[in-house]
Amino acid sequence: MSSPTPQYGPMFDTDELVINMGPQHPSTHGVLRVVLRLDGEKVVDADVVIGYLHRGVEKLSESRSWAQIVLLTDRLDYVSAATSNVGYCETVEKLMAIEVPRRAKYLRVILSELQRIASHLLWLGTHAMDTGAMTVFLYAFRERELILDLFEEYCGARLTYNSMRIGGLPQDLPPSWDRKVLEFCRIMEGKLEEYETLLTGNRIWLERTKGVGVIDGAEALALGLSGPPLRGSGVRRDVRKDEPYAAYDEMEFDVPLGVAGDTFDRYVVRMQEFRQSIRIIRQAMQGIPEGPILGKVPRLIKPPAGEVYHAIESPKGELGFFIVSDGKSMSPYRFRVRPPSFCNLQALPRLVKGHLIADVVALIGSLDVVLGEVDR
Amino acid sequence: MADVNVAPPAGPPDPPPPADLPVPAAIAGLQLAMPGAILALSFFVGDWTVVVDRTAILDVARHLRTASGAAFDICSDVTATDWPPRPERFDVIYCLFSTTHGQRLRVKARVADGDPIDSVTSVWPAANWLEREVFDMFGIRFSGHPDLRRILMPDEWQGHPQRKDYPLEGPGELLLENPLDWLKLRQARDEADIE
Repeated sequence: MSSPTPQYGPMFDTDELVINMGPQHPSTHGVLRVVLRLDGEKVVDADVVIGYLHRGVEKLSESRSWAQIVLLTDRLDYVSAATSNVGYCETVEKLMAIEVPRRAKYLRVILSELQRIASHLLWLGTHAMDTGAMTVFLYAFRERELILDLFEEYCGARLTYNSMRIGGLPQDLPPSWDRKVLEFCRIMEGKLEEYETLLTGNRIWLERTKGVGVIDGAEALALGLSGPPLRGSGVRRDVRKDEPYAAYDEMEFDVPLGVAGDTFDRYVVRMQEFRQSIRIIRQAMQGIPEGPILGKVPRLIKPPAGEVYHAIESPKGELGFFIVSDGKSMSPYRFRVRPPSFCNLQALPRLVKGHLIADVVALIGSLDVVLGEVDR
Repeated sequence: MADVNVAPPAGPPDPPPPADLPVPAAIAGLQLAMPGAILALSFFVGDWTVVVDRTAILDVARHLRTASGAAFDICSDVTATDWPPRPERFDVIYCLFSTTHGQRLRVKARVADGDPIDSVTSVWPAANWLEREVFDMFGIRFSGHPDLRRILMPDEWQGHPQRKDYPLEGPGELLLENPLDWLKLRQARDEADIE
């Protein structure tokens, strides 16, 4: 009697499996859809499907007046509306050669950096929650609330601020606002240490982020990454330093860089950017000059015919505006946004290759995309 | 808001650079290496633009990426503008940045409707999605692109929304293949609304 040879063949399917993630998935930060081709639990290939939030902002802007478009830029990156406002207004100012008063430039720096902290806090909370650390989410949103309160006091809105005007700002700072900002900086510095205690040395966090989605500097540049994901790979590229706008040329700050180019380094870069932002806010607060907040702007905004491209450093990366004016009509002939989230998301298929499904979630988080800006 | 009485512009003004302004080394190098490829040079509010021949775009891109005087390693943006009255109605625009020299340059190529232009994805992989978006929004075909699909609009969408002759409110129930039917339908709907 011979024992039968065990037959495992038909029971174990070794085909590749295609699964769909999103667009309604809590860790895709909106309506991102990723089609994953899997070998077991490993990702072989990924296809990113976007466009679910496409509202045609670029087309719509061609039939809105120049001043009305500030409102539309709020809705691009809806967690950092103030930086989008700054980017658009500066582009039009460059096109019309409007001189912005120094006080307005300083206030723009302060609002931009507050916005950067708020945006990074949202990233920190959601990124940590995606990888399973729920506590950080609650902590980060607690501090983000303080910034939203500051913005509410300044312009009355908590999410879509419409806080810039072509040529300057719509209103001056409310009384004793500066004291509250400095108080916030003090609180924030202490809280940063709390976050770092929860994550930076945490063994689970290190296991989930170290060596995940490694990309070197040359490849990151070629793939069009910008902002913290590019700096995480050790490339020293920051629009605030390379092509200073507003009053950044008068500020002293460092550009934090990563070494390994993995998810952990991108995390470290953003954590250090919190501290640099606080440093910039303190400097700007100290040096706010007196004077007007709105430059000499014609009542009828009608830029001369021509093309202009201007970029700023938004919390997500290089946010550029390419605007064409025909010099005749009351709205731009062509309005183009160079969205940092869109260009950063392009690297996702490259990053997830060879990693586990659980890492896909961590990698989407580490790119920090906002779908309102990806789809426009 | 567009004024209906004004004729649509036939192209960007592209003002030439003032005679006393020195041409940046990157452009001078390009002029030297490929004299036939450059059609025009423009300087406006501090931005340099080179208008190049459509057929030479890939060689120009390779030169700008590799030449030591240029070294444009970041392709910030690829986009397009539509100027319907012009025979070559589209401008394809490449916004470049060099981290070594810290300078920007815009490269433009004029493309007629239906004509393809070479994809620069092999030079700057970042152009992949950006060119897909230009294809989706303007219907400009990039030959040699690894994956030329629509990106923001649904795959089965008809028409290209960023073209100037595409209505802002969308094509309505009937697609753009028969604009006359679409206009009739819209009129009928408006009248029904009034009643």
